Amino acid sequence: MIKLLKLLENNARMPYSEIAARLNISEAEAEARVKELEENGTIVGYHTAIDWDKTDSETVTALIDVKVTPQREMGFDRVARRIYRFEEVESLYLMSGAYDLSVLITGRTMKEVALFVSQKLSTMESVAGTATHFLLKKYKEGGMVYDHEENEGERIQLV
Amino acid sequence: MSAPRVSSRVLQVKPSGIRRFFDLMENMKDCISLGIGEPDFQTPWHIRDAAIYTLEKGLTKYTPNAGYKALRQAISRYAERSFGLSYNYDNEILVTVGGSEAIDIAMRALTNPGDEVIIPEPSFVCYVPITIMAGAAPVIIETKEENRFRLTAAELRAAITPKTRVLILPYPCNPTGGIMEAEDIEAITAVLREHPDIAVISDEIYAELTYGLKHTSIASYLRDRTVFIGGLSKSHAMTGWRMGYACGHSDVISQMMKIHQFAIMCAPTTSQYAAIEALDKGDGDVERMRDDYDYRRRFFVESLRSLGLTCFEPQGAFYAFPNVAASGLSSGDFCEKLLVEQKVAMIPGNAFGESGEGFARCCYATSAAELKTALERIDKFLNK
Repeated sequence: MIKLLKLLENNARMPYSEIAARLNISEAEAEARVKELEENGTIVGYHTAIDWDKTDSETVTALIDVKVTPQREMGFDRVARRIYRFEEVESLYLMSGAYDLSVLITGRTMKEVALFVSQKLSTMESVAGTATHFLLKKYKEGGMVYDHEENEGERIQLV
Repeated sequence: MSAPRVSSRVLQVKPSGIRRFFDLMENMKDCISLGIGEPDFQTPWHIRDAAIYTLEKGLTKYTPNAGYKALRQAISRYAERSFGLSYNYDNEILVTVGGSEAIDIAMRALTNPGDEVIIPEPSFVCYVPITIMAGAAPVIIETKEENRFRLTAAELRAAITPKTRVLILPYPCNPTGGIMEAEDIEAITAVLREHPDIAVISDEIYAELTYGLKHTSIASYLRDRTVFIGGLSKSHAMTGWRMGYACGHSDVISQMMKIHQFAIMCAPTTSQYAAIEALDKGDGDVERMRDDYDYRRRFFVESLRSLGLTCFEPQGAFYAFPNVAASGLSSGDFCEKLLVEQKVAMIPGNAFGESGEGFARCCYATSAAELKTALERIDKFLNK
């Protein structure tokens, strides 16, 4: 199962025929296993890795450290849910260390991101403080490299 | 002024017969080569990073002739862990410039002029030249497709004469993809036990690349008569680093060591550090790459068969060796026509010995996308 998930993690569009060939199982078996993983929630969804810099779309991304006062009974979950429901929020993690939540958000402009932080995030009752870091360049994300280097060494014919 | 006279021994060695073929390919655009004999993976990053670190620290001096002790220890652990072979790093292991150097110096250390060296073919192109340059005489055994290109006890027995000193055992085999299973090795071993003067040079450079079956080394049966040769080129995608090694009886390794120390001094320092990292921390890389080759192997061989070619099931290395005789063309003509008409390069089987005539070697360590395109073109070529 781990092997199957690793294959799909790297290429969500891998056809059942290829999954079957790689795992040395039948195509029907491959399809059944994927369906089961979808149904039991192991596969949460499928996502396309896009290099937005290659498009006309202008966006800015920021990583925001959020210090939170946990709430009785609910811990961090309640405030976390309030935050991740905003569609600007791409990722949200509970962290160990100097702050509690790490929020990755994308907006059209720096101003838009700043407004989100000052008007939506900071104003929540349990948010005690924020620090916003704007992302300057994306090198690698979700296992995909966005940094395009010169080609690696070529193979030549020997002997 | 004319050039000086050259060694008649070197003159005896024929230049590679397929050079003309590569020249043809060089001027061709959009050609897919299934001819290259190396992994298409890059050396895993943690290995490259370990090498860079030693360069930053300025570790650029000679190493001991036999190679760093830490590397010989790593090889010793690896041989034990992966193949169940036990060698003392102190006097039974020598680090060489690729497996090729190890084959050469083993041959030179084991033979006298006039001795016979048994070489199963089709096999890697270097054995005959190395034998000739050592002054010994090659004796070829033509392995058969119906025997899955394995060396049989009967074939071996028939080739042995009172002059036989060395048997080359090239398994898993380039170009056939044939392997020797434990029972095959046992049968060979029984014959060799009747001839205590014969040493074995076992070229196990592809030992990590067997599919479904774990590799068996003859060194587990005839340890002291075998020079076990390995390297990191194929297993760890490290061809350009030139990292090989020879393991064997200290009396043989110490003689090989003399040739190595006077001809080479020591294997490259940076590569040795990279090899330590690879052997100690690279088992996962080996497994990942093997899995990927295995997928391409099954897919490629099945596809070749569905196009109407007879193809023996390769169980090792990363080559398929289809039988192209049904085309009515010789190996050379088949490959040349395929290259000119459809821009797919295979290597004619007879480049690996006369017995390879009728076959072509295809390396499937090529991206799946390229393999697919190559197969479409082969289909057009065969079934147009």
